[in-house]
Order: sequence, then structure tokens, then C-alpha cells
Amino acid sequence: MTTHDHDHEPHATIVDDGGTSEFALLSRAMQELLAERGHLTAEQIRREIELFDEDFPYRGTRVIARAWHDPAFMDLLLTDGKTACESIPGIDIEAPELIAIANTPSVHNVVVCTLCSCYPRSLLGQPPTWYKSDEYRSRMVREPRSVLREFGTALDDDVEVRVHDSTANLRYLVVPQRPGGTDGWSEEQLSTLISRDALVGVTIPKGPND
Amino acid sequence: MPSDSVRDSVRASGDRGTGTTSRFAVGQPVRVRRTTPPGHRRTPRYVRGCSGIVERVCGPFRNPEEVAYGFSGEPRRWLYRVRFPMTDVWNDYLGGHRDVIDVEIFEHWLEPAPDQETAP
Repeated sequence: MTTHDHDHEPHATIVDDGGTSEFALLSRAMQELLAERGHLTAEQIRREIELFDEDFPYRGTRVIARAWHDPAFMDLLLTDGKTACESIPGIDIEAPELIAIANTPSVHNVVVCTLCSCYPRSLLGQPPTWYKSDEYRSRMVREPRSVLREFGTALDDDVEVRVHDSTANLRYLVVPQRPGGTDGWSEEQLSTLISRDALVGVTIPKGPND
Repeated sequence: MPSDSVRDSVRASGDRGTGTTSRFAVGQPVRVRRTTPPGHRRTPRYVRGCSGIVERVCGPFRNPEEVAYGFSGEPRRWLYRVRFPMTDVWNDYLGGHRDVIDVEIFEHWLEPAPDQETAP
């Protein structure tokens, strides 16, 4: 953690160590036991991982593309994110509430979880390793603009950077601004401009003219 | 700045299973208690002792500090989003003067902010 003037005792941070921890081994042992006892098959696990990697990450993109395309849906998304997302067939939000936070010309939102790695998995899939890293989690609340610059996102001083530390049960989805030069685009066309990183807030979608 | 959604006012009223009404309202200045109790705590250290404004009343939730140890976490406690100016959290913050950080904090970690003079 970078220096600051608050007292604290040393504490264990949660790090992604690549699967060799006691908990990773325990998880693997549990998985093998469940498979051995016939409660779970390797195929089911594989399918679930596939869903996480191939389906979930596109759900967030579909939500944003629809919001850009349909002002009424955008309004609903910003008022009641969970209801809006779940109105799209196949999307199911586990969190008690999903808050969609809109970027504007004067406000740029970015999400972090300093305590662990809370993340809207049902909309974005598994969080990337950088999101779970000690470095991201400690630096984003301390020096957000430096971290954003490292992702290629530079913001003027008079833009308000609003960092969201999701320390409890709510999950956050950044709604980036729709890029210019996209008038008349379909939802499907719009979705090609949207990346997972933009929905966390570390990047800004580029339009055809950018 | 304060959210004016109907949802917030509905959540703020009634006890919703907590046995109490929410103590703080949207727009209210609050301070995070400066304390370092042992055990599982979900109020980040970097905002302890800091003052901010309630941005929304999130609603009642089971206390995660109890749930972590296998307890029910009931009765539920009110959860708030509190908005802190970055320049108040970090003495040497080098970013934009308008930058803020929003953090979810449980009611038992908050107290009314001491009266402060507003800068001109």
C-alpha cells in the first residue's frame, strides 16, 4: 500500500497466487471428491467455466449497446440496474442490486474492490487478473488518474474522477458515453465498440472517427 | 449531488426488518468512526476518520462482520454510500480537485460529521 497518514496494523491482503494456496488445493480436492461421488461431472464444470468465459462477458456489452440505442432502456438502467439487465433474456443478476453509473463529459466513473475483488461477474465474466491484483486495488483509490493513464485513459483536470469502492453487496457497471460518429448504428454494431475494460471504467470506447 | 430517486426515499422509510429507521439521510454529512477493531471489517482503513456526504441509502443488509464468522448477521443494518472528496482522504492527493471516492459503509461505522465551516 502506498504511504498515507492513517494508522493501521499489518494485515494480510488477498492475492491471486495462481492456484497453489491452501484454498486452491482444498477447492481442487473438493472438486475431485464431488466428481468421485457422482455429484458433479467434469463436463458440468467445464461447461460452467465456458459460460463464464464465453457468455457472461458479452452480457454487459449487450446491456450497454441497448442503453445507447434505446433512451427508455437507458433511463431504466440508470434507475434500476438489476431490473433493466434482467429484462434481457438470459441475464440473471445474483447481487441484490446492480448500480449502473453513467459517464458524462464532466464525470468519469471507475470501479474497484479494495477488500477482495467484487465484480459484476454475471455481466462481465471472471474479473481479469489485474483487477484482482494488490496493485490495482491499492492504487486505484490512491492515485486513480495515474492508473487510468497506464490503461491509456487520460482525463482533464476539470473532469471529476469518481472511484467506486464496492465494499458491500452492491455491484457496479460503468455506462460509458456513446462515441460520436455512430448515428443510426444498430445495437449489434454498437456492441462492437464496447469492451469489458470500459465497463469497469479503465478505458473509454472509441468511435469510428477516433 | 444527492440522489432523488423514489427508491431511496422508500428505502429510507420504515424499518425493513432492522427494527429501526435509517439514521442518516441523503445529503447528510457523516464521519467514519476512527477505530481499528480486530476481526473481519469491511470499512476500508483509508476512510476511517474521514468525513463525507451520504450519496444514497442503500438499504438494510445482514452485517458482514458477523456473517464472516458463521453468524446470521441479523438484525440487518442500514448500509449507505458515502462520497468523500479525494483531497480530504489523502493529504497529498495529486489528481483533480473535484475527484471523489464513493464507499459503502454500514451505519454502525458512521456518526454525524462535526460541524464544519464551509469554505467560501
